[in-house]
Amino acid sequence: METDAAAWEALRLSLWVACWATVLAVPLALWVAWLLARCDFWGKSALNALVHLPLVLPPVVTGYLLLVVFGRSGPVGAVLERFGLGLAFHWTGAVLAAIIMGFPLMVRAMRLAIEAVDPKLENAAATLGAPPLAVFAQVTLPLITPGILAGAVMGFAKAMGEFGATITFVANIPGQTQTLPSAIWTALQIPGGESQAVFMVLMACAVALGAVVLSEALARRVARKIAGT
Amino acid sequence: MTLDVAISHRFDSFALDVAFTAGPGITALFGRSGAGKTSVINAVAGLLRPQGGRIALDNEVLCDGTRFVPPHKRGLGYVFQDARLFPHRNVAENLQFGAQFTHRPAKIDFDDVVDLLGLGTLLARQPATLSGGEKQRVALGRALLSQPRMLLMDEPLASLDGPRKQDILPYLERLRDGPLGVPILYVSHALDEVARLADTLVLLQDGQVRSQGPLFDVMADPAAVPLLGVREAGAVIEAEVMAHADDGLSTLQISSGTLELPGVQAAIGSRVRLRVLAQDVILSLDRPDGLSSVNVLPVKITGIHAGDGPGAAIALQAGSDRLLARITARAVREMRLDAGVHCYAILKATTVAPGNIGR
Repeated sequence: METDAAAWEALRLSLWVACWATVLAVPLALWVAWLLARCDFWGKSALNALVHLPLVLPPVVTGYLLLVVFGRSGPVGAVLERFGLGLAFHWTGAVLAAIIMGFPLMVRAMRLAIEAVDPKLENAAATLGAPPLAVFAQVTLPLITPGILAGAVMGFAKAMGEFGATITFVANIPGQTQTLPSAIWTALQIPGGESQAVFMVLMACAVALGAVVLSEALARRVARKIAGT
Repeated sequence: MTLDVAISHRFDSFALDVAFTAGPGITALFGRSGAGKTSVINAVAGLLRPQGGRIALDNEVLCDGTRFVPPHKRGLGYVFQDARLFPHRNVAENLQFGAQFTHRPAKIDFDDVVDLLGLGTLLARQPATLSGGEKQRVALGRALLSQPRMLLMDEPLASLDGPRKQDILPYLERLRDGPLGVPILYVSHALDEVARLADTLVLLQDGQVRSQGPLFDVMADPAAVPLLGVREAGAVIEAEVMAHADDGLSTLQISSGTLELPGVQAAIGSRVRLRVLAQDVILSLDRPDGLSSVNVLPVKITGIHAGDGPGAAIALQAGSDRLLARITARAVREMRLDAGVHCYAILKATTVAPGNIGR
């Protein structure tokens, strides 16, 4: 059936966008979370507010702001366009929207995890001769793995479900920017499209559930290793 | 290897201003809670950057007004009060952590440390499953395997109960007396540990060094009594175990005679440290007769230090050993005690070191 093919295409695109958004956002979110948790610098509260802004702004507003900045005639968008990296009405734009919208959730989870690591352990590692990068890689990072996983799953789920900012920024082009939520919304606009919408709703539920179960299992494994049981 | 410390640092509520030197062996930094001990050791480790002064290991400056060597480049092992093992690594992985970063020639290898500290059965365990004493032994092994030029220990026994403490102390004595020769800076507020372990004693009070020198000298100094606490003060002397009698008493030889003491575990011929509490020493002008205590030594008074209260600390010379007695100022007057007076000390001594002294 042709409508089913469209649903699978929307799912494929959503997964594609969500994976890219997660992979790109995790290192950046980790860095920002570490800055907010462990460093004192001028403008820290401004950075904190900026990171959290997409959480409190209406998604449509975020999408509009993205359009203004990254649209074809926007200050950043125009430059990207010249290098053939235009984001507007392109799946890469959907990735950017997903990153921005999921970022506060990721940073929050990771920041909490970093703050839960006793700095005394990091000091102890330093006295054993470990330079700062090794302390982070061998002590901090393994201990915050559950937090990183939690943040990544949050970000992934947010990217899968992101609708308002995405549709405002990159519209709703099948095969290009029509993610699962956009496709569900479109199906509901068509008379008789409800069965297809339900099919896609089930898809969305299955993906979300799978992601949560997977991350829980991974986090449990890490916790078990630390508890030594 | 000599550590020179002369630093000052102002905290919100108190000021630290200390200068001391720590040579080979164990240097104990003794003082009550809040005296600034941990701040000093943290400054040596590089975890605290003092506002003023200088810290140097031999000729290498670790910090002064312009230089500050970060902790990971100092080559100092640190055993914390709260073990601080890495929870995600098992015991073997914790022990091996430091080896990847050190370029110094290995003085001690993995198997030596496992042997020395009795860690063989723990290697595969996770830190969360270890007892407090086991954690501290692993922490000590982990610090040793980073091949430190000096070992810093911040109340490593404070979080352990009595029996666990007794488990660890012999390991520390082995470390001190063994061929490793790693100098140790040992922070403690427990005088029994200090008396048993230290070669050099630095007394800290309110962020300042009040007294420092070889352990035997500082412990026998009547002026140090108020710093150590009147109930805790007392000289430390060395003795050789001569015989164990069937009734549980052992005969120990000191420079001015013999002592009969209960509860001596050490083998015949070994040297032990005795801690003679000043309040357990009684003075008599005549040789006492018919006393229940058999430990009577002829002594000469070398100094009297009257405190603010009714007590006075009396420094005594017994052969080549020094003792300390704490009696009332009234007794000093009535007995006409003064420097140079010969009298007899009657004492109850408690052993502080069942193990060998070895040097």
